[in-house]
Amino acid sequence: MPAGTAVSYEALQAQANAITELFQGRGYELVAPAFLQPAGLFLDRMGESIRGRTYVFTDLDGEELCLRPDVTLPACRVYLARNPKGDKEARFCYNGPVFRYQPGGDAALPREFRQAGIEYIGGADRERSEAEVTGLAVEAVRAAGLRDFKLRLGDLGLFEAFIEALDIPGRWRLRLHNVFWRPPVFHDLLKKLAVSPANSISTAGAELIAGLDLDNVDSAQAQVCAHLEREGIPLDGARTLSEITARLLDHAADAMQPPLAGESVRLIESYLSVSGPPAASLERIAELTRAAGLDLSAPLANAHTRLDRLCEVEVDMANVTFSAEFGRDLEYYTGHVFQIEIQAPGRTGQIAGGGRYDDLLKSLGAPGEVPAVGSAIHTERLLNAVQGGAS
Amino acid sequence: MSGDPLLLALPSKGRLMERAGELFERAGMPIRKTGHERGYRGEITGRQGVEIAFLSAAEIAQQLNSGRIHAGITGEDLIRDSGRDGAARIELVCPLGFGGADVVVAVPECWLDVSKMGDLEEVAAVFFRAHGRRLRVATKYLNLTRRFFSEKGVTGYRIVESLGATEGTVAAGTAEIIVDITSTGTTLKANHLRVLDDGLILKSQAVLAKSKTAIWSKNNRAGMEEIASRLKAGL
Repeated sequence: MPAGTAVSYEALQAQANAITELFQGRGYELVAPAFLQPAGLFLDRMGESIRGRTYVFTDLDGEELCLRPDVTLPACRVYLARNPKGDKEARFCYNGPVFRYQPGGDAALPREFRQAGIEYIGGADRERSEAEVTGLAVEAVRAAGLRDFKLRLGDLGLFEAFIEALDIPGRWRLRLHNVFWRPPVFHDLLKKLAVSPANSISTAGAELIAGLDLDNVDSAQAQVCAHLEREGIPLDGARTLSEITARLLDHAADAMQPPLAGESVRLIESYLSVSGPPAASLERIAELTRAAGLDLSAPLANAHTRLDRLCEVEVDMANVTFSAEFGRDLEYYTGHVFQIEIQAPGRTGQIAGGGRYDDLLKSLGAPGEVPAVGSAIHTERLLNAVQGGAS
Repeated sequence: MSGDPLLLALPSKGRLMERAGELFERAGMPIRKTGHERGYRGEITGRQGVEIAFLSAAEIAQQLNSGRIHAGITGEDLIRDSGRDGAARIELVCPLGFGGADVVVAVPECWLDVSKMGDLEEVAAVFFRAHGRRLRVATKYLNLTRRFFSEKGVTGYRIVESLGATEGTVAAGTAEIIVDITSTGTTLKANHLRVLDDGLILKSQAVLAKSKTAIWSKNNRAGMEEIASRLKAGL
């Protein structure tokens, strides 16, 4: 049954009204962020790949606009318009359409569908805000009549802390961190680090490295600068001399570094394969890291606190799983991530999702990071599931 | 039913126009402009059922895609860039041996630490963290660029559309990377740009191409086959 066309608008609207009333009753202000958004914000935040999923066009003034592919970023703009300093707490809810290009015209993946969601911005108690948002999303789908769903949890902050704790050169950590969002590339990088870690480099760069002072960044930078001047090469392209030098030095250091140890590769892979009941999964991660001599006690304690808070908001832990790998392919998220799912083919089983996105507001112009957690419900899928799919 | 004429488009200016004209001449099918001297319509002298349209090379690629013309001569680069599916609606009949140029990815010469596409993804991630924005790629080849970068696993960039003098955008500070055509590399060098080792996207040249989406009558098909074989014989 194709989503979007099979459900009646009246039924959808009635469901959305019930959901937003629930949100409003919990102190979430109903907002209506603009459908039309500056495309540059999405492109700068997520890169060119977003263009493959978003309707981007140019208006008569030459401004690049897009139809919002989600409501999180537009809602953050509403928050910042009211509160440019990003220092106040706000709870927003919304209900409205989002637009996504779907190659191949798969009817189960409509290009226009409605999301109902919440954004809790500026909440100081991290675990409590995460539990509040997650619990409210669970309550909303349950109130809409959804049964037999599962809640999947992940923790990108824990993974980041894990990478930070590994005993490997800082520049490798950075490289792993950079491709953290793309599992296949991450896996390739692990393999590369375990065999020959050094990057490719230009011929001129290689010649230059041979004579660089590897122990003194300032003098290395002066040598790179002198080289460019001698060759009459201008410093075009926005990257600074220190950025270019740093990567040359990394290359030189990698060439002398023994490759990433097999046991480290296995440790990272074991971490990523952890999946199961939440408390047991956290225990497993604690064992793994303890055995490797890594200290993850603080982030693990936070993760346990979050589970306690989730119990307090009456999330039934019997249907909850934790997966260390989960959330890496999702945009925005920086910490706790979750998804409400039912048995259905492909993505159509994903009824709602959300998580923490602490660095988004800063990239939209807030002076510093602003803690934020949000969730969006795919309302057509929810209605489909309630009307028949999940019986 | 003699029906609708075969619509054939040729470039309306520059070297491509001259070379296409010569090619038809050599094949014994001289092109003559009809109507006004500065008009954009023509015919093959002494031949019925074929209408020549003089269009910009980019428009020829677009109209082959949409099926408004049956066939045309234009650059392979423009054909491969026209449409998301990269010329799935256009059949390349034959390369013509002129208008050769490479579509390449070039970075500032001062990026001594960058030589491969793989480096770009890493540099892009570090750049985003340090500068709070994406690396910008200036190009007129939106689709070619997106496809090539995605094949190479490079995602952390954004395109700024450039409709001319693309090689000057890096020095002007409006982009960090370019995707553009080059034949000798002199212009790139003069602008302190260097092609990446694996940055060749396409070796392009002028091609004779047919639209798969146009409506082809039996006469059109026969006419096209004859014209194509005479052009090939004249190459």
